[in-house]
Formats: sequence, C-alpha cells, structure tokens
Amino acid sequence: MVPIQSYLVLSAVLFVIGAAGVLARRNAIIVFMSIELMLNSVNLTLIAFSVYLGNATGQMLVFFVMTVAAAEAAVGLAIVIALFRRKKTVNLDEINIMKW
Amino acid sequence: MTLESILFYVLSAVAIASALLVVTRRSPVISALYLIVNFFCLAGLYLTLHAQFIAVIQIIVYAGAIMVLFVFVIMLLNLGDEPKLRDRMSYKKVIAVGLAAGLLTELIYIIETSWVILPATTINDFTDIGTVEYVGGQLFTGYLFPFEVTSILLLVAIVGAVVLAKRKF
Repeated sequence: MVPIQSYLVLSAVLFVIGAAGVLARRNAIIVFMSIELMLNSVNLTLIAFSVYLGNATGQMLVFFVMTVAAAEAAVGLAIVIALFRRKKTVNLDEINIMKW
Repeated sequence: MTLESILFYVLSAVAIASALLVVTRRSPVISALYLIVNFFCLAGLYLTLHAQFIAVIQIIVYAGAIMVLFVFVIMLLNLGDEPKLRDRMSYKKVIAVGLAAGLLTELIYIIETSWVILPATTINDFTDIGTVEYVGGQLFTGYLFPFEVTSILLLVAIVGAVVLAKRKF
C-alpha cells in the first residue's frame, strides 16, 4: 500500500507546476489551464485524506470543487472572449484596462 | 513492490510529465491535449485510492465538459503559437520559477516533518466510501443543502457566461 505521504508529495509537485505556470505564462488560456492543474492537485489531496481517514467529507468537497471549477471555466472563458473582441489579444501583459 | 505501487509510480510520473508539458508548450492546443492526459492520470490515481465515483466524474466533467470548452474557445479565437522561448526569457520568469521552487521545498518539508500526525495505511477497512452508492447517499442526506445551492451556482454561471460573451464592451 502506498503511504499517504506519496500522494501528498505528488499533489504538492502538481500544485507547484500549476503555480509556476500562472506566474510565468502570459497567455490567458494557458493561465486558466494552470489554475485547473492546481485545483486538481488539491482534489487529489482531499481524496487521499478522505480515503486514509475513512471519512467521505473529502469526496463531497471534491464534488463541489469540480462544480465550482466548471462554473469558473465557463465564466472565465467568456471573459477571455470578451477581452479578445476588444483587444485582439489574450496576452495578459497587454490587458491593462483596470490598471490605475 | 506490489502492483498498486507500480501503478502509482507510473501514473504519477506521467501526470508530472504532462503537467510540465502543459505549462511549457507554446501552442494552447497542445497544452490542452496534455492537460487531458493529466486528467486521465489523476482519474487513475483516484481509482488506486478506491474513489470510483470521483474517478468517473473526473473523466466526464473535466476531460469531457471543461476541456471541450477550452478547446472550443481556442478554436474560436484562432490563436497562433507564441514567440520562441528564448525571445521572451525575462527576469519575471526566473523569479516565477524561483518562487515555485521555494514553495515546493516548503510543502515537501511540511509533509516530511508531519508524518507523526498523518493517518496510517489502514485503507482496507474503508474500501466502500468511494462507491456511487455511498457518495450518492451522503449527497442526498447530509450534504443536501450544498448540493441544491450548487444548482443556483451553475445557473448564475450560465447567465454570467452568456451576458459576458454577448455584450460588446
């Protein structure tokens, strides 16, 4: 049986890769994908703890995280489309209409 | 080495490799395809944890619905490749990778030093908590209110997406 530390280290690595993607990439769609990576790594942590503690609450939380991720992807991609119509780019460095 | 641990290491190696490819490829379409590979690996890892319901939901909702949305938007915007990596190497990327490495060190240090309070490997007693029957029973009894609120959240997301995508800014 794989110890829970292995699952935690794996999800930490996936979370950090997603965080690096959010910080380093400037394409809005790839930033979104990195956010999905981070959400997924947190889901893995929740499932691992849920199973190793014998408590289903973690799996319920994963269910709701997936719902929120679907809603977030729909609204976020609609915002990307609206910004692309206005600016003709999805480069986050050029989208600065809310910058003071 | 049991079959279960071999499966875990293979799936986690593929998951990490595909995650790295997601954040390093220049074309958004290729990133999206590697993200789907990553989602399938995570679904396999959920199966090794006996969480069958979440594994199936992972494939249907993430690899099915959400990634179709991503690929559809990439197609709609008709984006080309970004410029080559060496042309846009900047101090910002170096700082980003440095911060991420620091975060990884902290997380692994926390996990490795807290092994005393982490639960032990007594998985065999709880193999039924990931089944559709158990999860569905919990969703419609103890978690009924959050489950119903979820439908309002999805309605708000549908209305918000339509309003944002239709209006001319």
